[in-house]
Amino acid sequence: MSAPAEIRVRVTEAEAVTPAIKRLKLVPVTSNALPDFSGGAHTVVHYTDGPRHVRNPYSLMGSPFDSSAYQISVLRVPDSRGGSALIHDSVNEGTEITITSPINLFPIDRRARRHILIAGGIGITPFMAMTAQLDREGADFQLHYAMRCRDTGAYWKVLQGLYGHRVHTYFDDSNQTLPLTRLLDGQPLGTHLYVCGPAGMIDWVLKTARHAGWPDENVHYERFAAPPPGNTFAVELAKSKRTIEVGPRESVLEAIEAAGIEPQFLCRGGACGQCETAVVCADGTLQHNDHYLSDDEKASGKKMMICVSRFEGARLVLDL
Amino acid sequence: MGLMFKDETYRGDFTFYNSPEAIRHFPFPFHEDKYMYAVNIEPHAPGPKGSAYEFPIDVDEHYVADMKDRAIVLAEDPLRCQSLPHMITAEWDLVELLMTSMSEAYPEHFTLTRNGDAWHWINRPLGIDDEFTFGDTSTLRYPPMEYITRQCQGDFCLLDQRDGDLWMDSGMVTSQADWSLDFDIGMSFKEWHAPVPLAHEVGIFDRALKFLLAMQIGRPVRRLNWTMTINPRLDTSPENYHKWGTDRTTVTPENVGDKVHLRVELQALWRLPRSNAIVFSIRGYLIKMREVATIPKWSRRLHRVLKTLPPELAAYKGLTRYQQMTIDWLAKHDDGAPTTPGVWPE
Ligand code: HEM
Ligand code: FES
Repeated sequence: MSAPAEIRVRVTEAEAVTPAIKRLKLVPVTSNALPDFSGGAHTVVHYTDGPRHVRNPYSLMGSPFDSSAYQISVLRVPDSRGGSALIHDSVNEGTEITITSPINLFPIDRRARRHILIAGGIGITPFMAMTAQLDREGADFQLHYAMRCRDTGAYWKVLQGLYGHRVHTYFDDSNQTLPLTRLLDGQPLGTHLYVCGPAGMIDWVLKTARHAGWPDENVHYERFAAPPPGNTFAVELAKSKRTIEVGPRESVLEAIEAAGIEPQFLCRGGACGQCETAVVCADGTLQHNDHYLSDDEKASGKKMMICVSRFEGARLVLDL
Repeated sequence: MGLMFKDETYRGDFTFYNSPEAIRHFPFPFHEDKYMYAVNIEPHAPGPKGSAYEFPIDVDEHYVADMKDRAIVLAEDPLRCQSLPHMITAEWDLVELLMTSMSEAYPEHFTLTRNGDAWHWINRPLGIDDEFTFGDTSTLRYPPMEYITRQCQGDFCLLDQRDGDLWMDSGMVTSQADWSLDFDIGMSFKEWHAPVPLAHEVGIFDRALKFLLAMQIGRPVRRLNWTMTINPRLDTSPENYHKWGTDRTTVTPENVGDKVHLRVELQALWRLPRSNAIVFSIRGYLIKMREVATIPKWSRRLHRVLKTLPPELAAYKGLTRYQQMTIDWLAKHDDGAPTTPGVWPE
């Protein structure tokens, strides 16, 4: 039980798909094939350039049937902790980076008779791989893709070219809205819904689906939280008997890694549960930012997802 | 060097036995003089040459006999192999995993040639030479999982991963220790583990499930499980309890050495790439008490393990009736000397 396997890859294409989205094609440095994967999988990119450092999750958007290369899309997030900006600024054709072996937290439900995929903005990336797989397996799917405008939206023309009328686009600047209620109404039994996009959109879709009587098992979403910034605080590590400082723009996980300790992780976005850490003592307030712990667990103050959650107060001791 | 496949039986006259090499090949499960359930999961990394861990999929001298026994079971009871329709991608993933592992580890016995989706598979020990289209079920004589698991030792379950759980939605199970695929099909991880004593209470299944859900491609893991079987029988299923249940009453102090077998399951798990399913392989190994006694460390240790086994475990594993007789027999092979840590012979 350890951190995921890492693979060294070289960037062979770096394309500005839109002003804010950079597409990277990655090929393995030492072997000629990457691990096969399934639609919905992600990898964690690890890259260091001097003092700047990034370790972020990105969905694999190439075809799962092409193991010669992976493709990811990096959205430059303004006011980010610098990770996506670092990739935009210094990762180019020829750059070597490290990625983890793929892991799928957003898999296709294969019992579905029909798959309805709902994407907002950069949330399109896992669906790029999923549609390739669903199409090849002959499944019944439709993609509904909402974007701000035609210029900043990525890949919608490619997708229309590949899947024609199965792709529906909605552009905010043309006052087109995704007709969610109508879409959810009257679907055949066994239809599954998948959503990936901004937090507000995911909430809206989940709420509307529940309201319309959809069972939770038929509604799937992927929601990676970016570790939010905050105030500096200290963490005492009970097992390794050390105290480390977590800076305003780093997560507990990152601060611990910088100190040479390698806790478990998979998503680094508060979704997978792997980094769950027992809180030995918390004299202050735990700021839970994950989507993994239940409300009761959060309230109990006994556990913390160190990839995204923070602390404010006098003293925090973790079982690490 | 190729393996010599033995002509032997797991029923009727029970001619199964282990050669000295097969005894040393046996995955002895006890690393200390006592036993209790634990989350005993470790990376499925290559082990010492000649051991059951040398290759990801182990083929041994019992291969041909195992496959014959499977064919007999399936002919009598086709429900030992079942697969729900949504598992078809996982079935093909399994074909790929087993064919590549077997042909890479044992090139003298198995050959796989791939040209895009046009695959050519040669299995020399079973006299099979088939060309088929990967992904097209109509080009094989059985559905993909059945096709390949009729050619691979051990039982297999394919677990679908959804809603934060694993579901037993597919399997080939002909040599099980008293559980039934027909009963468990469609169940979740905790549902099919419900009959296991003591382990739920201490959170073993919570931790194991959390670990499995996060399993990654290319990082297989394994664990060992064990029980005991009277006569070298592979098929100790609930479906056939009437055939083997009474075997337990035939053990006498004189025949323990030949009748009582330690049965170890080498269970390996892989994340499957395109289906995101998990395959759970349950490869059973049998060894007679007389054969265990050829490795002094093993007979000393097994004696002590059986003597101190929690009664709930003995009852669940069905040993109660012949446990004391077996302990008495093994006592003659335990001089009380300390044993070295680990499973390997001294
Ligand atoms: C997902 C893959 C797995 C499958 C398909 C599986 C299946 C089974 C089945 C069918 C049984 C028999 C239950 C009965 O009596 O009806 C069993 C027993 C058991 N399983 Fe699992 N299992 C899996 C993984 C694990 C893991 C990871 C652990 C780790 C702790 C575990 C621990 C046990 C234990 C302790 C028993 C009782 C065995 C004995 O004493 O003979 N299983 N399992
Ligand atoms: S690493 Fe996935 S929840 Fe923290």
